[in-house]
Amino acid sequence: MARMAVKADELIKWFGEGEARTYAVRGVSFDAFFGEMLYIEGPSGSGKTTLLSLISGILRPNSGSVQVEDQDIWNMTGDEIADFRLNKVGFVFQDYHLFPRLTTVENVAIPLILKRRDWNESINKAMEYLDIVGIKDRAYLPPVKLSGGEQQRVAIARAIASGPDILVFDEPTASLDGDTGRRIVDFVKKNILNENRCIIIVTHDSRIFEYADRIMKMEDGRIIGVEKGGLREE
Amino acid sequence: MKGILKIAYKLLVNDKGKFAALLVGITFAVFLMVMMTSMFSGILHRSSATVLNVGAKIWVMDPAVNTPANSIPMPDYVLDAVRSINGVKYAVPLYYGGALVKLRSGIYQYVTVLGLDDSSLYGRPELIEGKIDDIYAENAFVVVKDAEFPKLGNPKVGTEFELNDHRGVIVGIAKVTTSGLFGVPTLYTTYNRAIQYIPSMRYTAAFILVDPKSIDAVPYIKQQVAKLGYEALTKDEFIQKTSTFYKYQTGVGTNVLIMTVISFIVGLSISGQTFYTFILENLEKFGALKAIGAKGKELVFMILFQATFTSLTGYGLGIGLASLMITVARLRLPSYAARVAYTNLVFAFVMVVIIAGLSCYIGVRKVLKIEPFDIFRG
Repeated sequence: MARMAVKADELIKWFGEGEARTYAVRGVSFDAFFGEMLYIEGPSGSGKTTLLSLISGILRPNSGSVQVEDQDIWNMTGDEIADFRLNKVGFVFQDYHLFPRLTTVENVAIPLILKRRDWNESINKAMEYLDIVGIKDRAYLPPVKLSGGEQQRVAIARAIASGPDILVFDEPTASLDGDTGRRIVDFVKKNILNENRCIIIVTHDSRIFEYADRIMKMEDGRIIGVEKGGLREE
Repeated sequence: MKGILKIAYKLLVNDKGKFAALLVGITFAVFLMVMMTSMFSGILHRSSATVLNVGAKIWVMDPAVNTPANSIPMPDYVLDAVRSINGVKYAVPLYYGGALVKLRSGIYQYVTVLGLDDSSLYGRPELIEGKIDDIYAENAFVVVKDAEFPKLGNPKVGTEFELNDHRGVIVGIAKVTTSGLFGVPTLYTTYNRAIQYIPSMRYTAAFILVDPKSIDAVPYIKQQVAKLGYEALTKDEFIQKTSTFYKYQTGVGTNVLIMTVISFIVGLSISGQTFYTFILENLEKFGALKAIGAKGKELVFMILFQATFTSLTGYGLGIGLASLMITVARLRLPSYAARVAYTNLVFAFVMVVIIAGLSCYIGVRKVLKIEPFDIFRG
């Protein structure tokens, strides 16, 4: 039986107060497992990104708990949660958020440098990750010189550089054409996912549903269903 | 932390446009501040040239005297009274006045004449040509070789001139610590010759120079001089009084202060605004760093480092530029009164630290407020 990577229990998150209070996540509970590629799918405003933030230590819930490898992350202090994000979670942002003033390899080395590794050691290690994502030859170019797909790969390399147990992707194909998007997700499934890693992807791009192990559907801040992946509904 | 600072450094200097704008802002502010304060420092230093060059330990004068240049002659009995004060080793009169000299070329030139006590020549300058004893020769004058020296036609020993229809002869060329403020050459002669050649008022001793028997005697001497209705100031006190006069009783101090404040505001505006824009443009990236796992204090260190690095570089460039400007100006205008003193450098440094601190504060506030969730939300 697969080990549990993330256990979310009755998560509630609202924004604003009084009459302006809006519920983004309403009592969501779910489990995610190592070796699994879990999709969170739903229309815009359904609370997918908020849920992803709650489980990755970015946004504190109003109630409920998140356990990652049996540790309640929201019982941690501010510095502990920053360390948790650095060591346990890899982020691939929708807009990549690469530093245009740094080279590609320096971008990838950032998590290692934040872990206080030596500069040269971090750069050498980052080169290995660039090799994994297949763009080692672009190492010394600034990210702006790369194509969208290449930038996505740099973002993936940066996310896996710290050796995280959980990888979270926010709309990974939103800025890519269909073929490139599929190639990237296919690459992630084949090369990045392993039995010690859980990948959670927020998306509403049905073209990549075939790569999911499970698809969790959200609407109005609630999970309305969980489907097995690999099947396209349309 | 070294690696994080290296990232901060690269983020800063690789944004060449912003970095250049930041440097220009701080360099310009430092340049203006150092130039203004150096000019002021030069003016103050030169305004006390006579005090510095003569070097007497105690100066007795009319209490209304503010600077060496506006002396009020004292009656002769004051000299005798001062000489009789316990603790006075010796006291001598000093003549200080202005005169017109007619050069051999027929040109008139205004000069400052210092008349030294005939018997002691107390306060005499160091000669680089001629012998000091020759000052006792007929019509003898010693000329100071400073920035104003060429205005007398670069005289040599033996050069003659006319002073108030009297013949004058240069018997020596002297060097002094500093030139005067008003751009006129200086001649030294004996006290008696000075009052004989230059039309004077009833009283002739501009100052009485006192050498105390010991430092402990100074307060008593000052007290006794005050009882006579006059003022005795130590060398440093007289320099301070002159400085205070120029700072607070003329427009010079106010103008320099205004210009310095303006240059500070200009520097702060340019640097603060550019740094703020730099932070704003990188705000999402700082948010991404936070999301990845950077702690708040690490981001604060990054911003502090960026602000400090920019400020110190700008400070160095500003000081260098101001020094270069002063050097070039002195090549063209030897009497250019600007002087980079340590106090100017410290003052500019403090101002730069304030600029960096304020810029940093704005940036840090912004960065600490950004939530990683905002990055996720786009």
